[in-house]
Amino acid sequence: MTIQQTRPTATGVGLPAGTTHLPRVDDDAPPAVPRTSIGRPSADEQLVQWGPWLSAGALAWLLTQQLLPLPGLPWFVVAWFALGLLVTAVLAGMQGGSIAVKDRLAASIITGGAVTVGVALVSTVGFVFWEGWEPLLHLNFFTDDMAGVGPRDPFTRGGIAHAVLGSLIQLGIGLAITLPLGIGTAVFMTEVGGRFARLVRTIVEAMTALPSIVAGLFVYTVFILTLGQPRSGLAAGLAIAVMMLPIIARAADVVLRVVPGGLREASLALGASRWKTVWHVVLPTARPGLATAVILGSARGVGETSPVLLTSGAAMFFVVGPTDGAMNSLPLFIYSNVRSGEDTAILRAFGAASVLLVLVLLLFVIARLLARPPRASKRRRFSLTPRGGWSQRGLDLARANPGSVAGAVSPAPAPAPPPPDPAFPTSPDDQSRPPQEPR
Amino acid sequence: MTTLPSYDEATGFDVVPRRVSRKARGVDAVFEHSARAIGASVLVITGGVGLFLGWQAYPTLSRYGLDFFTESRWLPEEDVVGIAAVLTGTVSIALVAMAFAFPLALLTALYISEYAPERIKSTLVAMVDLMAAVPSIVYGLWGYLLIMPRAGELAQWLHANLGWIPFFDIRGTDPDAAVPDASRYLYSSFAAGIAVAMMVLPMACAVMRQVFSQTPQGEKEAALALGATRWGMIRSVVLPFGRGGIIGGTMLGLGRALGETIAVVLIISPTFDVKWNLTEIGSNSVSAHIALQFGEASPAQLSALLAAGFVLFLITLLVNTLAAVVVNRSRSGAGTDA
Repeated sequence: MTIQQTRPTATGVGLPAGTTHLPRVDDDAPPAVPRTSIGRPSADEQLVQWGPWLSAGALAWLLTQQLLPLPGLPWFVVAWFALGLLVTAVLAGMQGGSIAVKDRLAASIITGGAVTVGVALVSTVGFVFWEGWEPLLHLNFFTDDMAGVGPRDPFTRGGIAHAVLGSLIQLGIGLAITLPLGIGTAVFMTEVGGRFARLVRTIVEAMTALPSIVAGLFVYTVFILTLGQPRSGLAAGLAIAVMMLPIIARAADVVLRVVPGGLREASLALGASRWKTVWHVVLPTARPGLATAVILGSARGVGETSPVLLTSGAAMFFVVGPTDGAMNSLPLFIYSNVRSGEDTAILRAFGAASVLLVLVLLLFVIARLLARPPRASKRRRFSLTPRGGWSQRGLDLARANPGSVAGAVSPAPAPAPPPPDPAFPTSPDDQSRPPQEPR
Repeated sequence: MTTLPSYDEATGFDVVPRRVSRKARGVDAVFEHSARAIGASVLVITGGVGLFLGWQAYPTLSRYGLDFFTESRWLPEEDVVGIAAVLTGTVSIALVAMAFAFPLALLTALYISEYAPERIKSTLVAMVDLMAAVPSIVYGLWGYLLIMPRAGELAQWLHANLGWIPFFDIRGTDPDAAVPDASRYLYSSFAAGIAVAMMVLPMACAVMRQVFSQTPQGEKEAALALGATRWGMIRSVVLPFGRGGIIGGTMLGLGRALGETIAVVLIISPTFDVKWNLTEIGSNSVSAHIALQFGEASPAQLSALLAAGFVLFLITLLVNTLAAVVVNRSRSGAGTDA
């Protein structure tokens, strides 16, 4: 028996094995079926996605509102979700096997969870503005203080300007302390290093666990009881600083660690001193991330009630001097008004909460704008999408996740998993473990 | 053409190579030392808080010993002080919060990283971050005035139908009475836990999403190419890869839930008994206890409060450290080439 050296096809006669060749058009073959789109789901598939929920909604209405004695929106929603899952499962079971059923159910449950969270967030923000719109209509709410205004007085009298001012002053004191110290510590931890820096990093990370009420209690005990100072804006600012310092130092540390080492080395090789390198290279490179860290820390600090509750005391009038005794702030104003139990006072608290939310939202938007990587849209153009038409939305797996660009830098409250750290080598069995069989 | 600089013999300089040393000199030394000073001062401030708490807590802990942890009453006038009740209250509120927050955070993180259309993904990420930035007093208002009445109705239903489960049992009231005693179902750990859940959910969700988004693209594509459905891909690639992030994020959330104050203060009505009736009126937590008691505290009582705060700090510290270790040890942190 001889080994066949050439391909037996018409085109390949005489060619050595392994040669590529163009296929010939086969005239007898059936006409090519156009491939269904692998990008967007077809109209049919979309109907399969939405149809069960429509029918489940109708079923749920029929069951809870007409047949069973379960009136009210909550039962309807619960029944809708349960029936929706049921109908989805039945429909998927008719089309495919148990794998399709599981896939559809998982998609429905995951989407349902996300929708629940979205509804909760919207209901929180919406509820505060819905309840608080009435005092917000009066201009004096933004320009007056509460001096001589009783809790039952109408909204035409009194305002929260003193609380806003107090919040800003206390935040200013807190930032004046935490900004240099926090970023300075981060610079020390990343640029100088050494055993002492590791100790500092460990302690700072540990202190992010400090509950804010304990920070307030600390300042209350030391500053007010031991040193005999009165409750004041300064004490509140100190309490906010104690609470924010580890948060900002840690977030800034995470940001500075991702500055490429090559930039530092280039600067040092050009003869710059260490300080010049930090000031002209490292900090400007990390500026958006640092700004995000600081602003998100401030958002946390300005909204935190418990340290202020212990240290500042609630004044009903404008206090400008940080050491001039009790000074109100927005969270404290909200808290004391809600606790008073008067309806008007509670509505005022909601008005103040709306203002606080807007303030935090403003800080947040500024942080987002600063954190946006420059020319992100241009970079997208060079992404490695394959040529041809199949890089549709949804299948565009080659495109980098845009969230990961800002991800390592952005979340101050959520400590980002640090970049690959040689201190924690990945265990080899983890690396080599194959992914489990898809079922 | 480059030329060597001419070396003038007459000037008589000795050409010696620069001494190479890791030791900083001149301005560099100034920079290094001032940075070290800042680091040391922060160490003193932050470490000082911890040491101060421990130092202040010591007299209380040495005076009451183990009784401090087993005594549930808080009667400083009669020299009976213990944190058993507030500690169990803290834990039960945190557990209720995690029971709500963990599944929702996981589902939301999976939705954002795997299911959400590419267009709205970054918006959703921003929404979660925004949720984390909403002040806790706002969630307190929401929980107190919007959720608590609804949670009370749910508690009544649970009591009537699932009352045999000890968590949902409510002592001293009959669920089948014509007019049930509605106030017995309010101001509970359950209601407070829901408000706290809103606070810890975005934290946990952000950590989970971040880890999920680091899943190696190649492995996901491999699963899909082998014919896995989207859920199959998530189960076989994303969830095993993100396990560390799931555990770590949950524990970070738990740490925050344990220390949350103001929402709890607004919602609960303080009691001092150890109980697991989550939906029953009355609960307490260490932080709420501090916030309610510090005003009229004598020095000895303040020391007891500081001791309670110290214990709380140690617990959150333990939880957070474990979370950090889990997140770092998992495969999630390691750089992988997709």
